[in-house]
Amino acid sequence: MSENSLAIRKFSDLANPTRFLALADRVLPWLAALTVLFFAAGLWLSFTTEGDYQQGETVRIMYVHVPSAWLSMMCYTVMAISALGTLVWRHPLADVSAKAAAPIGASFTFLALVTGSLWGKPMWGTWWVWDARLTSVFVLFLMYLGLMALNRAMEDPARSARVSAVLVLVGFVNIPIIKFSVEWWNTLHQPASVMRLGGPTIDPEFLWPLMIMAIAFTLLFFTLHIAAMRNEIWRRRVTSLRRQVARNAGRESLAP
Amino acid sequence: MMSHAAYVFASYAVALAVVAGLVLWVVGDGRARQRELKALNAAGIRRRSAEAPIGEGK
Repeated sequence: MSENSLAIRKFSDLANPTRFLALADRVLPWLAALTVLFFAAGLWLSFTTEGDYQQGETVRIMYVHVPSAWLSMMCYTVMAISALGTLVWRHPLADVSAKAAAPIGASFTFLALVTGSLWGKPMWGTWWVWDARLTSVFVLFLMYLGLMALNRAMEDPARSARVSAVLVLVGFVNIPIIKFSVEWWNTLHQPASVMRLGGPTIDPEFLWPLMIMAIAFTLLFFTLHIAAMRNEIWRRRVTSLRRQVARNAGRESLAP
Repeated sequence: MMSHAAYVFASYAVALAVVAGLVLWVVGDGRARQRELKALNAAGIRRRSAEAPIGEGK
């Protein structure tokens, strides 16, 4: 195969796993470097900006809590789009994408829950309340774990792909519930202050570190996701090669 | 009662642990799969598409 034919010209060219691997090799170092750069700037801002007049130092927890909560929902959205790719377009990489994203999403959801608790204790006076926002995010965490268990339970990726894609799409109903839970119900959690109609309501002193950290976390997500997809493609190649070896061995032993 | 700084420190420590865990898992998983592919390759087992110069067709 010539080098030229590996070039990606259309989005549909990504459907070829070999092309995807070539692109991942080229893109990953840059993405990783950019992630480190944004984290350096974000962490610097997180610790050099002023504390809040009411929250004091604990406002700095928000610079990891809000981006991980944002990622927990974005990751599920990526998985839902991948699920559509599996069911509607039968895109060969869609299932790889959904499967690779689940553990990453679970990790960031866990991080959002833990940092939220660590902020809640000094500010609300409690680690946890079963209000709509906290409960719906906890349900999201359980859904990630369930999907990971399902992906591992089935040997054949082609079969598990459709089942988990349907489940991902059914579970997507939780995402708008999480987003609007603070408006629909009376929650202890505050309503949206960044992504809202009419613009952000928080002071630029906090908005800047929050934005830079959100970009850093998003870049981190895509770096990890592309690398995990590459791992998954390699894993499937190893499995199919081993199957090929087993088949050949069976054929040889049958031959007279 | 912990000081506010302790809660901030704990949050960043957990964040660091989770991110480091994810990065180590992804890098380690990748290296293990690469090793397996190399071992299979060294044993003379290749993907059929890699042998045929025409492409990835099935």
